[in-house]
Amino acid sequence: MAAGRGELPAWVDMGLIPFLNLVVALFVAGLVVVIIGESPFESLGIMLNGALGSIKGWSYLLYYATNFVFMGLAVAVAFHAGLFNIGCEGQAYIAGLGATIIGLGLEFLPWFIVIPIAMVASMAFGALWAWIPGYLQAKRGSHIVITTIMFNFIAASLMVYLINNFFRPVTRMAVESREITGAYILNFREIARLFDIRMPSTPLNLTVFVSMFAAWAVWYLLWRTELGYEIRAVGANSAAAVYAGIKPDRITMIAMAISGGLAGLMAVNEVLGVQHRLLLEFVGGAGFVGIAVALMGRSHPIGIVLSAMLFGLLYQGGTELSFAKPLISRDMIVVIQGLVIFFMGALEHAFRPALAAIFVRLED
Amino acid sequence: MDLSLLPEILASTIRLSVPLVLACLAGLWSEKSGIVDIGLEGKMLAAAFAAAASASYFQSAWIGLAIAMLVSLCFALVHGYAAINQRGDQVVSGVAINMLAAGLAVVLGNTWFREGGRTPALPDTARFMPINLPGAQILSQVPVLGGLVKIVSGHSILTYATVLLVPLTAWALARTRFGLRLRAVGENPHAVDTAGISVARLRYQAVIIAGILCGIAGAFISTSLSASFVRDMTAGRGFMALAALIFANWRAWPALYACLLFGFLQAAGNYMQGAHIGNFEIPVQFIIMLPYLLTVILLAGFIGKSIPPRASGLPYTKDR
Repeated sequence: MAAGRGELPAWVDMGLIPFLNLVVALFVAGLVVVIIGESPFESLGIMLNGALGSIKGWSYLLYYATNFVFMGLAVAVAFHAGLFNIGCEGQAYIAGLGATIIGLGLEFLPWFIVIPIAMVASMAFGALWAWIPGYLQAKRGSHIVITTIMFNFIAASLMVYLINNFFRPVTRMAVESREITGAYILNFREIARLFDIRMPSTPLNLTVFVSMFAAWAVWYLLWRTELGYEIRAVGANSAAAVYAGIKPDRITMIAMAISGGLAGLMAVNEVLGVQHRLLLEFVGGAGFVGIAVALMGRSHPIGIVLSAMLFGLLYQGGTELSFAKPLISRDMIVVIQGLVIFFMGALEHAFRPALAAIFVRLED
Repeated sequence: MDLSLLPEILASTIRLSVPLVLACLAGLWSEKSGIVDIGLEGKMLAAAFAAAASASYFQSAWIGLAIAMLVSLCFALVHGYAAINQRGDQVVSGVAINMLAAGLAVVLGNTWFREGGRTPALPDTARFMPINLPGAQILSQVPVLGGLVKIVSGHSILTYATVLLVPLTAWALARTRFGLRLRAVGENPHAVDTAGISVARLRYQAVIIAGILCGIAGAFISTSLSASFVRDMTAGRGFMALAALIFANWRAWPALYACLLFGFLQAAGNYMQGAHIGNFEIPVQFIIMLPYLLTVILLAGFIGKSIPPRASGLPYTKDR
């Protein structure tokens, strides 16, 4: 490694490097805003105020973050096994199928039975869609990156076909399923109403607690169980893991299935908690945000929760910004996302050695 | 389906194959040198925007093409810097480039033209328009030959140029000293380095060629295939080109055939809305997903075998 003897302290690795990367990404984004001819500081102010200045802003921030936590965890689990899962987008999309089939098919059952089954079905569908590329890499030698990319496109076509031909009511023009009434996850406005509290309308629903639990569960899995140890061992050095009696092929498939299952939970939030029906392209790029979130969060659940909230802030603030300043399109967030992925992922060897050198000098 | 549509479908196949072939050749050059390029899609998209925006501003398709190549080249150099100098993860860098391109194109387009990321519709004079080959008018009246003429004639200059680029690439990679070295650097960079040839320099050359080819592909999409830029208009073509590259087992001529096959599937998908085999309606979505499905099956080794260059995706570190 280029880092040499300078092992960086944890706070640098987990905190300072992501922070510096964020600053650089925001700086470049700020330059783009200047090119557009707007003030970057005013824009930042509008963004922060739009996301943090009201209950509504916060609730949207947390709603976005819920999706991003699931996706970030999904990417991170695969990362720990040394796998790059670009297919979270497709896995969550297919998972929507599981949620909808149960939600519509078991409508006659009470909600406290349907919702857990629908969640398990979402995870199972997502897991299956990720397990296949895992299997193909482990047993047939396909490359996981290429297979998961292809699976995104296959999922996109498949879902158009299925929604259009099997889920769309004949009377409806829009390509979407009918409403899922039984497996209805309450949002915070509806809960507040139960206590006679008025709240602005919000997509934030109880799934946010599932995402917190998922973050804890992933931490427990990776650092407190034998399977987690095996996943990390394969990711660190799969050849060495074999000597420890670990079968990398098996771990590849399991890690991909877990990753897909986590991505599948995003469908629970979106289909059962927000839209209450199966929509075309409801994932909307969250799978790719997950890559940025996992890289920024250093593949650790705490980091992932924090960076998911950061991206939630960017998404909510960016939406408000595009209302206030129509010149700055919401796609600005995609630029920031790309910058974060570039600096955190592709240039990770650029920041660390430089910082390591500084720290070595400080130690001497 | 109606057989009289066949010449039209085949002509459309050629048109739709052009960006695939160009992107696929770009991927070929890049990966032969050992640089994996997931960012073909992003480079094409950036180029498509640059071409449409500048063609509209200067009212010239050629200036559009030049600027598209320049913009795509810049993105390629960013990828090269991350992959070659910084030894970064090439897949991650590619993903980042795709996002940067998709975001920047819409942000800048929205600012400059205020049409929600769209660019203004180009007049025919600022586009690459169909060229009728000499004699095509007369020959198209002849029964069988006429159909053939309809397929081959009436494409833009970029299409005919692309046809020339395939043998050129095949020849350059197989027969020239540069091509030999480039292939060597993708298989065994240590050997190339030992021979006193710069690995980084060769890889940069490959990345630059890939950038220029993606630039032409993007310009073709926005100034020949259509007449303006709209968001995400490359629609996964970069990934389809990647699939074609795998299908072609990293060779130039087979790459052309794979792209023609995928282009045909796209064209057939457009024309075959509601086509039947017996009583069974073929869903268009299945035709659209076929290239991806075939690639997955091929990669899994169920039909034939596909072997990438040995050092592709691996950063090269000089031994000290």
